[in-house]
Amino acid sequence: MRTRTLVLSLLVGAVALALFPALAERFYVQLLTKIMILSIFALSLDLLVGYTGLVSLGHAAYFGVAAYTLALAAPASGPANFWLSLPLSLAASAITALVIGAFVVRASGVYFIMVTLAFAQMVYYFFHDTRVAGGSDGMYIDTRPSIGIAAVDLADDLHFYYLVLALLAGVFFLLALILRSPFGRALQGIKANEQRMRALGFATRRYKLAAFVLAGTLAGLAGYLAAAKEGYVNPELMAWHQSGVVLMMLILGGMGTLFGAVIGTFSYVLLQEWFSTLTKHWPLLMGCFIIVTVLLFPQGLAGLPQTLVARWRSGVGEKDDDA
Amino acid sequence: MEWLIQVLNSVQYGLLLFLVASGLTLIFGIMGVINLAHGSFYMIGAYLAFSLTQWTGNLWVALPLGIILAAVLGLLLEWLLIGRLYRRDHLHQVLLTFGLILVFEELRSITVGDDVHSVVIPAILGGSLPLTENLSYPVYRLFISAVCLALAAAMYLTIQKTRLGMMIRAGASNPEMAQSLGVNIRWIHALVFAAGVALAAFAGMIAAPVSSVFPGMGNQVLIVCFVVVVIGGIGSLKGALVASLLIGFADTFGKVLVPELAGVAVYLLMAIVLLFRPAGLFGRV
Repeated sequence: MRTRTLVLSLLVGAVALALFPALAERFYVQLLTKIMILSIFALSLDLLVGYTGLVSLGHAAYFGVAAYTLALAAPASGPANFWLSLPLSLAASAITALVIGAFVVRASGVYFIMVTLAFAQMVYYFFHDTRVAGGSDGMYIDTRPSIGIAAVDLADDLHFYYLVLALLAGVFFLLALILRSPFGRALQGIKANEQRMRALGFATRRYKLAAFVLAGTLAGLAGYLAAAKEGYVNPELMAWHQSGVVLMMLILGGMGTLFGAVIGTFSYVLLQEWFSTLTKHWPLLMGCFIIVTVLLFPQGLAGLPQTLVARWRSGVGEKDDDA
Repeated sequence: MEWLIQVLNSVQYGLLLFLVASGLTLIFGIMGVINLAHGSFYMIGAYLAFSLTQWTGNLWVALPLGIILAAVLGLLLEWLLIGRLYRRDHLHQVLLTFGLILVFEELRSITVGDDVHSVVIPAILGGSLPLTENLSYPVYRLFISAVCLALAAAMYLTIQKTRLGMMIRAGASNPEMAQSLGVNIRWIHALVFAAGVALAAFAGMIAAPVSSVFPGMGNQVLIVCFVVVVIGGIGSLKGALVASLLIGFADTFGKVLVPELAGVAVYLLMAIVLLFRPAGLFGRV
């Protein structure tokens, strides 16, 4: 997309999101809050998968660690301090990502997928099996964190909505800036050809670790917001199913574009809402949808025009990969 | 003598894991496909054992029937879906097979339901072997270990000593060259995939009487099998065997010695191996 079109669509999107609560019912405001939180989560993974070429199948762990940190830090009754609990949660996710990252950046390709999954599972079992934080039952958070400004009450869904919107916009611009910086360029270089980047003198492992920690921290932001919104945490937040779902959101929107990550999250959650109104066996529909998407539209929704044009140009609709 | 029982349990669990992990590692080593749905085949096997035993009244009839059904499912899947993934990005493989898991789990829920079931141990193997005066060991668990060992040996001999095995190895190291020398690679791939599915399903079937049959059992096994493959080295059968046994011991003794952290023990083992041998114990760097 050309820069002018992109900025225009972003502005339109931001204005639409800002005006949305004025027009919609409470249920939809909550749904959209959830979607925007998951968008932050998907954006954080896009930095790894779409830009650095590291397919992580354990990203839910960092989401969950921050959520649990809020639950553990919050007092039994009354709100936690937003300005203390947020940095604490982010730090917990960052440290987890740093420790796990130090191991996983040694692996590449399919190893990376398996190892990230396995470590995330280790974190999952830690919270599931020990009594540190309520075991498999999880924990409740009494009240949403308080921001300490009289006019802003996060317990109000509307105020919370705008906080999440602001943070989503912030993460979007932060990532856009990072990707234009020399550091971001280096990450994209690693995705294109790691060997060559190393030959050019880049300590690629260090760059990958930095990307891993940054992505983990931003996933932590999403996890913190999710825990604050729902008011409880349980180990399922970091189940590997979540890691698979967020990957699916990315590929649905089209990886390697920030816009695609957000579009993908919106489409996935809305689709899931729709499927679940049709049947209680909606995962069956979702599974079929995922399979068809991967086979027919590997470039995702953002790449749909290109995919269609390519098919049209090649003359025949069906193109077999195993020819 | 308490520890002997734990050792036997470790070996039995490890060998069972090997049956599932060997298919996973072969499918990756030969076709380059990472198959998340492999755990589902284990789950499907267990449910087949449950349904077919209920239907025929006998595990001995259910086993061969189940193996045939699983192999047919494998051939069909390879032909319809997996075969399209061979040259695709790992990410696409992950997602498509993730979609398959959702489909299989939901089909299971629609056809059999979400309840936990148990499968009766066949009468001949129902007894226990006395170890000391007051300790004994169930014969059926010994049977599992023996069958797994026999299958591991058969797999080794097929791959190392037969003409088919030679073609499989040739296809793994250079598919184009093997193809041009007259090996039908499409057919080899289909065969390997179906064999992997059948092995995983068979593991699920014989495990059903001891582990019971429950939703989500496939995913549990899948992730441990990933750890097996990472520790053993991708594509290496020998590595898968050694790693399976290591994990069998780590998990069983972890549960006995530090019950709180048992879930984590296996992953700690993986972290240690990764630290010293990033490509796994028997992996080619």
